Amino acid sequence: MAGITATQLVKEYPGGVRGVDEVDVEIRDGEFFALLGPSGCGKTTLLRSIAGLEAITSGSLVIGDRDVTNAEPGVRGVAMVFQDYALFPHMDVGDNIAYPLRIKRVKRDERRGTAAKVADGLSLQGLIERRPGQLSGGQQQRVALARAVATRPDVLLLDEPLSNLDARLRLEARTFLKELQRDLGVTTVFVTHDQAEALALADRIAVMRAGKLQQIGTPREVFQRPNNTFVAGFIGSNPMNLLPAQVRESRLAVGDATVSLPPGTEQLVREGQDVVWGIRPEYVRWVTAEEAGAIPAEVSVVENLGASVLIVVNAGDRKLQVAVPEDQEPAPGDRGWIVPQLSKTLLFDAETTERIG
Amino acid sequence: MTSSTVTPPAGRVTAPRRRRADDVAGLGKARAGLFVAPALIIIGIFLLFPAVWTVWLGMTDYRLTGLQAASPEFVGLENYTEALTDPAFWNSLWLTLIFVVASGIVGQTLIGFGLAWSVRNITGWVKALIEGLVLAAWVIPASVASFLWLALLDRRTGTVNALLGTEGAAWLIDHPMEAIILFNIWVGTAFSMQLFSSALSAVPPSQIESAKMVGASGWQQLRDVIVPNIKGHILTNTLLITLWTFNTFTPYLVTAGGPNGKTEILSVYIYETAIPGGQLGLGAAISLIMLLINLVIALGYVRVAQGRRKR
Amino acid sequence: MTATPAKTGPVTSVARNRTVRQYVARVLFAVLMTLVGVLFALPMVWLVLAPFDATPTLSLEWPDWTLDNFARLAENPYALRSIGNSLILGVGTMVIVVGLGALAAYAMSRIRIPGRDGILYALLLLSSIVTGTAAMVPTFQIITQLGLINNYVGVLLVLAGGILPTVIFILKDFMDSIPKSYEESARLYGAGPFRILRDVVAPIARPGLAFISIWTIVQVWGNFLVPFILLRSPDLQPAAVLMYTFYTESGQADLRLISTFALLFSAPVLIIYFVVNRRYGFRFHGGIKS
Repeated sequence: MAGITATQLVKEYPGGVRGVDEVDVEIRDGEFFALLGPSGCGKTTLLRSIAGLEAITSGSLVIGDRDVTNAEPGVRGVAMVFQDYALFPHMDVGDNIAYPLRIKRVKRDERRGTAAKVADGLSLQGLIERRPGQLSGGQQQRVALARAVATRPDVLLLDEPLSNLDARLRLEARTFLKELQRDLGVTTVFVTHDQAEALALADRIAVMRAGKLQQIGTPREVFQRPNNTFVAGFIGSNPMNLLPAQVRESRLAVGDATVSLPPGTEQLVREGQDVVWGIRPEYVRWVTAEEAGAIPAEVSVVENLGASVLIVVNAGDRKLQVAVPEDQEPAPGDRGWIVPQLSKTLLFDAETTERIG
Repeated sequence: MTSSTVTPPAGRVTAPRRRRADDVAGLGKARAGLFVAPALIIIGIFLLFPAVWTVWLGMTDYRLTGLQAASPEFVGLENYTEALTDPAFWNSLWLTLIFVVASGIVGQTLIGFGLAWSVRNITGWVKALIEGLVLAAWVIPASVASFLWLALLDRRTGTVNALLGTEGAAWLIDHPMEAIILFNIWVGTAFSMQLFSSALSAVPPSQIESAKMVGASGWQQLRDVIVPNIKGHILTNTLLITLWTFNTFTPYLVTAGGPNGKTEILSVYIYETAIPGGQLGLGAAISLIMLLINLVIALGYVRVAQGRRKR
Repeated sequence: MTATPAKTGPVTSVARNRTVRQYVARVLFAVLMTLVGVLFALPMVWLVLAPFDATPTLSLEWPDWTLDNFARLAENPYALRSIGNSLILGVGTMVIVVGLGALAAYAMSRIRIPGRDGILYALLLLSSIVTGTAAMVPTFQIITQLGLINNYVGVLLVLAGGILPTVIFILKDFMDSIPKSYEESARLYGAGPFRILRDVVAPIARPGLAFISIWTIVQVWGNFLVPFILLRSPDLQPAAVLMYTFYTESGQADLRLISTFALLFSAPVLIIYFVVNRRYGFRFHGGIKS
């Protein structure tokens, strides 16, 4: 078992494009860690740099207590499940799982035995003799996992582990992965572009964009206290409302309306400062009678999400999304008030996009 | 997203497309070079070098036997003047032109297209039989094919004379050029047939049906719908067939260039000059002319292929 | 359109004219294509029937069935040896070409060698320009200088040089289609380059290697010119050359021997063709002779 420490890690491609740009990250021993970001943000490059499949341009990488910056992939003690699983089509399930042991010169009987045991642990009984082509997507994934954990690696890397499964199977596999990781206690890093997946699985999440780290934190932290507007907009199934606003007389002018400053930010802003006011749709109430702090608004679009309803309202010249319980569903054109939950509102600097407070 | 939502600040970097390391097996440049080298050396010595060597050889009086075999002398362009002033060379070139046009460009292409056209809508054993026969003619070794034609056209007991009741007609002596042209059509049509078969099956049926619905005749459908659709294939076919027919040596096995050089196409002429004739220098000079003609045809093909890829 | 019956005079006659013309055209076309079919069939039928005739002639006739000719062929020392020689040349070329071609194709597929694609196209162009006929004089001269006339090494190298560019081209295409994650995966578990080549790449590339192997053997099997020029002694000649010798140099041709030998010599490639054709289709024909 081992933690991973990357210091000022840079991966530069010929032509000067940086896939990973000065990343500092410390992944703790036994942690389930997610690399999250839109496609092309460098998360897979970072994962492959940890694996040793990409040569690191500068910076250092330590796994456990060994500096592996320039080490061959085979000696790093890492195992990886590829997005397409990379199961060898010419070997049966048993030989696939046992392949890493074959490289380590374990005797055939012994490695078949280990493979069978690992396979049992991943509910692959009776499939040992099958070829990968004869398995379902979920089974293939479990074989790939079995092959990866068969050597008891220090670090397990997963590249988009759920993306090749259909939607129904994905939930099941998510639970399965979480259980497996908990049982093995192996340091696990996985890459995903799906924020819901990262929130559901990971102990901590690193959000990346254009090769740079945006934030590292627990799911709760990145959801509730995003470092900047990018993270705020990327995390959450309904993106956060981010509205341009201005500080006026210790209050916030958002379009025609004024709201209180988020608690704790009063001393950090100056009069007339341009800021961005953020509030998640889930933390805004829609009411039909005026109350303190309410802003008048008109419903323009109603989207049914099943147990709740997402409405888009016009408040003056601003638009906001509001999540409403199903039994309070308004109709387009209805007039009413919106009430933001003050303690959940956030303030960002309009220029740097960083969170204030 | 709503209209007034803050867009990310300026200076947003468009994320680089994910690129993957090429050297996935950890081969390294040096080892890769080692992998490539043996193949390149063989190609270099036995394919590239002969082509270059031809230039030098063509400017010597190199012979297979005698004094010039031991110490060939540089004679400059003498071989070229000799070749270009020799009526036998021009005769050979003329015969080659007739051979390529009649057997390759016209014969193989038209019959290949005709066969592809006539089997396109039938299935079952008739199609299998016709395609099988044509392809078999292409697959069997050249020396077998040429013997089969010697038997077919034999003066006394050949099948053709038996069928036509023309016993004693010496086809290979009286009509040698026609004979090797037909022979080459027989051998080579399979390629055109296969190429056009796959081309025809790629013509969208809806286009043909549209033409039918406005009352186009079979000929009009061919002209207005099918030919425009398979234009690229026709060009590819023509250039490849030209190159191959120009370079074939197989007619030698039927007529050996005879009688009296009447079927001495360029490939046979080079062979006769250089190897039995022993004039390697002169043979090389003519070879270089042949290589240059090949180059022109091949470059034409490359241009067509590139043009099509761009489209 | 009204509901009146459509069978008015002019309408039917137009339709009939049209069908008659179509019918005639179709019959003419069918007759023409049948003639072409017969032209293709005649020599082929002789090839198949004559070996089984006790007294074959050059013309096509119903055979007086026998298998004696095959027994007689087995007694001819040159015939069987030449088939063996063809096999040696075919397999030998195949080993050189597939071995070296696969290594080169793999390296070219996985390493960014500068000007890689240019080299590849140049090689392919070269191999289509420098044909056996155009290069026979310098080839003959080089092999003479190397002292390899009447030696299989010379024939094998010349054949390999001509075929290698196409082989590398096709195999590289094939290697490019193998997902790199297979090799990366093996590499993560500590496998070295040669290990990866043996355990992962070679087995996955097997269909492509098999295709190229068969293709090479078929190419060499029928090749006449190269062994014809470079080999002298009858003991070494492959079937393609012996076949020619049989009907040009033996005075009164022994048709029983020639016909049987022709069939035996053609059968392997015909069988390979009909088997392989089902699996690879036109791609095989496209390259079978060039």
